[in-house]
Amino acid sequence: MAVHVQEYLRLDKMPHIWCPGCGTGIVDGALVRAIGNLGYNRDNVMVITGIGCSARSNAILDFNTFQTTHGRALSFATGFKLARPEMKVIVITGDGDGSGIGGNHLIHTARRNIDITTILINNSIYGMTGGQYSPLTPTGSFATTAPYGTVEDTFDVCKLVEAAGATYVARSTAYHVTLLEQLITSALEHKGFSFVEAITQCPIGYGRRNKMKTPTEMLKWQKDHAVNIKAASRLSEEQLEGKFLIGEFVVKNKAEYTEKYNKLKEEAKKEGDFNGKI
Amino acid sequence: MGKKQVKLMQGNEACAEAAIVAGARFFAGYPITPATEIAETLAKLLPQNGGTFIQMEDEIASMAAVIGASIGGVKSMTATSGPGFTLKQENLGYAAMIEIPCVIVNVQRGGPSTGLPTLPAQMDVMQARWGTHGDHPIVVLSPSTVYEFYILTIKAFNFAEMLRTPVIILSDAIVGHLREKVVLPDPSEIEIVNRKKTDVSPEKFLPFKADEDGVPPFANYGEGYRYHMTSNNHDESGAPATNNHKVADALLRRLHNKVEKRRSEIIITDEIMMDDAEVAVFAYGCTARSAFSAVEITREQGIKLGLIKTQTLWPFPYEAIKKYANQVKAIIVPEMNMGQLVGEVERVACKDTKVTPLNKFDGRMITPEEIISTVKEVI
Ligand SMILES: Cc1ncc(C[n+]2csc(CCOP(=O)(O)OP(=O)(O)O)c2C)c(N)n1
Ligand code: SF4
Repeated sequence: MAVHVQEYLRLDKMPHIWCPGCGTGIVDGALVRAIGNLGYNRDNVMVITGIGCSARSNAILDFNTFQTTHGRALSFATGFKLARPEMKVIVITGDGDGSGIGGNHLIHTARRNIDITTILINNSIYGMTGGQYSPLTPTGSFATTAPYGTVEDTFDVCKLVEAAGATYVARSTAYHVTLLEQLITSALEHKGFSFVEAITQCPIGYGRRNKMKTPTEMLKWQKDHAVNIKAASRLSEEQLEGKFLIGEFVVKNKAEYTEKYNKLKEEAKKEGDFNGKI
Repeated sequence: MGKKQVKLMQGNEACAEAAIVAGARFFAGYPITPATEIAETLAKLLPQNGGTFIQMEDEIASMAAVIGASIGGVKSMTATSGPGFTLKQENLGYAAMIEIPCVIVNVQRGGPSTGLPTLPAQMDVMQARWGTHGDHPIVVLSPSTVYEFYILTIKAFNFAEMLRTPVIILSDAIVGHLREKVVLPDPSEIEIVNRKKTDVSPEKFLPFKADEDGVPPFANYGEGYRYHMTSNNHDESGAPATNNHKVADALLRRLHNKVEKRRSEIIITDEIMMDDAEVAVFAYGCTARSAFSAVEITREQGIKLGLIKTQTLWPFPYEAIKKYANQVKAIIVPEMNMGQLVGEVERVACKDTKVTPLNKFDGRMITPEEIISTVKEVI
């Protein structure tokens, strides 16, 4: 059944803040369709964000929502999830928010394998502050703080969270939106820490400084540079040069944090009920 | 009559046990001396009582998790000392802005920076007031005995829940690590305050529309109240209003007023031997212990010394100072810092009496003798 995205939006809070051609809304659309198709009770869904253009997503999504401080959404979400383990907790973050200032929290939230679905919107740039380079800005790209091109290397954030212990890891792009929706659906249904990187276009902060003047050119770049992991094994190293993989990278079954902690509680309760009475 | 309990307790343990009595069921923290015993005690007690303890990757994450859990409806706290307190500041301001109750304990040690990790100080008084950016309201309490640490922890949760605001307890390495005999009230006789819940329907609910007391009620999750909270300037609906001057003005005024309105409930001061006092000591935290001894000793010598002791540092108890400023020849303000709260005393009393600071910042307590010799200099 088709999901009507508008039904999941706070239309009274429109207009949103995004520039024309921005990729953030495409990711939010995929998330909403995934939730709609899964038939979740939206009263039971909590969407938490940090700071950035991507973080403004939840202001207009009609779920339970709050925006936090820059980079810390996953830590807030950890506290919230432990308080309300029965709720579906989703974090939307940016490349700067999630992999820069919040990088340490990303590693440790993945390590704990707590049941939080994280969608990292990677637009290659600090969008909200006007186009400074982020840890995921491709080397050599131009940014307001890299007028001569960045000399820094990036890292593969999917490999990072995999190494840290995430039990579901996947990547897609704004162009490959059908795949993105499928991956988000699987991430939401996964028990444990699930992570989806969505490569998107920021025509204002990134594209126009990097020889991609229009959102269409940026979407075309995504189309031309993404290789599905299923097809990658058939390609030579040369053919994969300069490309990035999309698809499902990690699907693992491992005990989830809140469940483990609940068991611990049951054991501890047997030891004695203190409640100020000792 | 309930059953009182007589115990030998460490200050930090008293804080942890009181948190359970107050209804705290979540703690997130990061190890640091001299506060660690609070975490260690709660790591054991919380799961026994159906609560959750988590050691986070740092103090920034700890503060975030505490707020996240409180948003989830669970009374939450963290405990730390100097360097960790600094790291908590950004999210502390967040809690003040989106009005989330939580308790932050800072067992003070000597600074600056990592300073004197195991030795006491009272150097974070101004950081507790102004540490986070922006002109936020805050409640700061400071115990001088193990018993007070216990009672103030319960009060801290009550104030936080009543006002929807973070409350800081500034203890110190002396009160935190001291073991004292305490006579605790029967838990069933202790007043516990819980946050207000709305009785408005989801369609009409506005998450930041305050009642008469300036405090907006919460709505339960899962019951159709789907609202947004943001630390950006926001209107009553919770929507960001980053360019609305009227909304910004009204919000900041309300945040301050809700605390100011309850001054008389929040400010806890004792006036000891002040009726006939010719000189006053104004003291808080571990320094109040020495000040009390100084009063006892000098009274035996016929010197009319009194003590204004406060357990509430912020909002500052201007009223108590004003009351005696005309009566006494001098107010002595001993502090284990280079002079922090003394400035507030001067603000109200400088026209009427002499305000004399007495400062020590080498990790040793101010002794009763040091206070007495300052008294003798001013009379
Ligand atoms: C502690 C802190 N440092 C800096 C900022 C300023 N700031 C706001 S948004 C932002 C960049 C966000 O970039 P990203 O996470 O990539 O998200 P995008 O805007 O590109 O979606 C920065 C640096 C802040 N709000 N808080
Ligand atoms: S700056 Fe970039 S990321 Fe931000 S709204 Fe504009 S296009 Fe989107």
